[in-house]
Amino acid sequence: MSGLLAISRVIDAVTRFIGYHVRWLILAAVLVSAINAIIRKAFDTSSNAWLELQWLLFGAVFMLAAAYTLQKNAHVRIDVVSSRLKKRTRDIIDLVCHLVMLAPIVLIMIYLSGPYFWQSYVENENSANAGGLIVWPSKFFVLAGFILLFFQMISEVIKRIAVLNGDLVEPEPQPVHGHNPDDTAPAGGHNQ
Amino acid sequence: MIELIAHNLAPIMFLSLIVFLLLGYPVAFSLAANGLLFFVIAVELSPYSNEISLSWPLLQALPGRILDVMRNDTLLAIPFFTFMGIILEKSGMAEDLLDTIGQLFGPIRGGLAYAVILVGALLAATTGVVAASVIAMGLISLPIMLRYGYDRPLATGVIAASGTLAQIIPPSLVLIVLADQLGRSVGDMYAGAIIPGLLLTALYCAFVLVISILKPKSVPALPLEARTLKGSPLPLLFVTLIALAIAAVAYVVLASRLENGAGIWAAAIAAATAYGIALADKTGNFNLLSHLARQVIIVLIPPLALIFLVLGTIFLGVATPTEGGAMGAAGALLMTLAKRRLSYTLMSDALEATTRLACFVLFILIGSRVFSLTFYGLNGHVWVEELFLGLPGGMWGFLIVVNILVFVLGCFIDFFEIAFIVVPLLAPVAAKLGIDLIWFGVILGVNLQTSFLTPPFGFALFYMRSVAPVAAYIDKVTGKTIAGIATTQIYRGTIAFIVLQTIMIAVVVMFPWIATPTAGPVIDTDTIEIELPPIGDENGGGIDIAPPPDLSGPPVIE
Repeated sequence: MSGLLAISRVIDAVTRFIGYHVRWLILAAVLVSAINAIIRKAFDTSSNAWLELQWLLFGAVFMLAAAYTLQKNAHVRIDVVSSRLKKRTRDIIDLVCHLVMLAPIVLIMIYLSGPYFWQSYVENENSANAGGLIVWPSKFFVLAGFILLFFQMISEVIKRIAVLNGDLVEPEPQPVHGHNPDDTAPAGGHNQ
Repeated sequence: MIELIAHNLAPIMFLSLIVFLLLGYPVAFSLAANGLLFFVIAVELSPYSNEISLSWPLLQALPGRILDVMRNDTLLAIPFFTFMGIILEKSGMAEDLLDTIGQLFGPIRGGLAYAVILVGALLAATTGVVAASVIAMGLISLPIMLRYGYDRPLATGVIAASGTLAQIIPPSLVLIVLADQLGRSVGDMYAGAIIPGLLLTALYCAFVLVISILKPKSVPALPLEARTLKGSPLPLLFVTLIALAIAAVAYVVLASRLENGAGIWAAAIAAATAYGIALADKTGNFNLLSHLARQVIIVLIPPLALIFLVLGTIFLGVATPTEGGAMGAAGALLMTLAKRRLSYTLMSDALEATTRLACFVLFILIGSRVFSLTFYGLNGHVWVEELFLGLPGGMWGFLIVVNILVFVLGCFIDFFEIAFIVVPLLAPVAAKLGIDLIWFGVILGVNLQTSFLTPPFGFALFYMRSVAPVAAYIDKVTGKTIAGIATTQIYRGTIAFIVLQTIMIAVVVMFPWIATPTAGPVIDTDTIEIELPPIGDENGGGIDIAPPPDLSGPPVIE
């Protein structure tokens, strides 16, 4: 079990590293978009490449941060029923759902988006918009996001089994509500 | 048996989705897993039913659907507005506003409650974060209200309810998501929501007024010793008059030169002048204005400027909502920098919170795209349509049932789930019944706002609980012991506001024109024959007979 937990720790470290640093791209997207808007109005010109860059940056953020979000247990849950269950029951539900729900989705998405990206990369596919960016990076982020999610799922499965066996004390308490109102993220689902 | 299942696969799929979601596994993955499972079942059962139009090659569409989510310009506004809100929250804007506006209104009966409502509305128009508003107001205003003997349920109720104004006053995330799901522009949705949002604010104030007349002891004025900002508010009136005069002149001058938006520009110039006067008075120590008046102007103008920067540019058509969000975020950064409150930690925390929110929201959307691929392939939308079109009462029956449905769902799940799962199913039916989708969106927006206040899962109540004192404490100023606030008091306090919200839903339902500002009063549907819409009358009537948007996925906004 300790070997598996070591693997889990490595995976967590990698997804945390990526998920943590990718946040700065949001700032970049804000600046790119604000400057785009100003330039468009002031000089009456715009560039499709810069316009595409703003969503590409944001796309990279939410695809690449998905695994880290899973690790932090920040994907929203509907806990009307499950908050009344015992911790152990919830752990079992999570373990089973990781394997029967998350695993098939992630695997099929990797299977589908792999060739989707590769074809675009080999053909050097260009944007449908004149002067736009090349297309493959956006498709790459989709693929990369699901690959990261796959590894994170493995790590979560290991941790869940370890918790159920008593080999691991819960690293962080499972939030009582899907959005942990007391969490550092004040928006926690309720922004606005 | 198999044929029976094959013919009723859509309802079975929907019911099993409910079971999947109730397991408490992340919504995004439950949705996608449900979609995938029924895709497989449907393909296997397709020989038994001609209602199933799914085959393996269709699965290839999935990566493209995710790319569409990524390319969606509307959704890009979500991280921008979230980031802006969090930066402003951390910049201490709410605290500054509450301190000052509380002093301004404090001397009148119910003054603190008015201050909370007005600051709630101001925060709504800038930060738009319910949690932040409720927590800030609960931390600052609640102790003062308790100290001077406000009725406890009323005090907590007004704070929680004012915090939820962020949901309906633009730039609200709910409205962005609803616009996206209904296939309408965010700008129109904002324009539609602004009057209902302000009306609701007025309704809250009217309620406090009524209480202050009927039960004056429950909303006392601040005693003299609690008025820390000295001076008379009269200079404020004076500055306001000057500002109005400047605005009038500017309007006359600009109106002849600008095609539109002269009013908005004039207001901006007047506000800038007022700010200039106050700043000059402060730095030069002229003491032309009272301390109170100066402080009010200095605190109030920057948020107003930011509101102009965001909403003004959107309504003027200068910026798209996404650009408005980016400029607002940049403006918020500059404002925080000017206050010398910007730091690496603040920035990093704000980005983390934004990333987390954006990630789970976008993944719910991705999950719902996998779900919808299968559900529409099973003709599930036809099933939903028949279900709702069979309701008695036509459009009104539909609206009443939908409102009750959303209200009840809102007690248990939050608006993102409702917006991504329920709304796309309802939108085509609404369109078919001749309901203007902006109007429909605003009704849903007000309704979803209520979900923050309704037990057992009203999030504004949780935030309120987290900042309200649980046990008795000794007040620092008066030295008296003040009892803690019971959870039942918090719940009791929201009842009145839930009623007010429900009234507001009814008002928007009955008077559609307040939610469709570009349209005149809506034509009575009973007098309309089914006919082609009059040419060139796209905005002329409140009734939109456009074909339903393609709801197999979020519309692509070019």
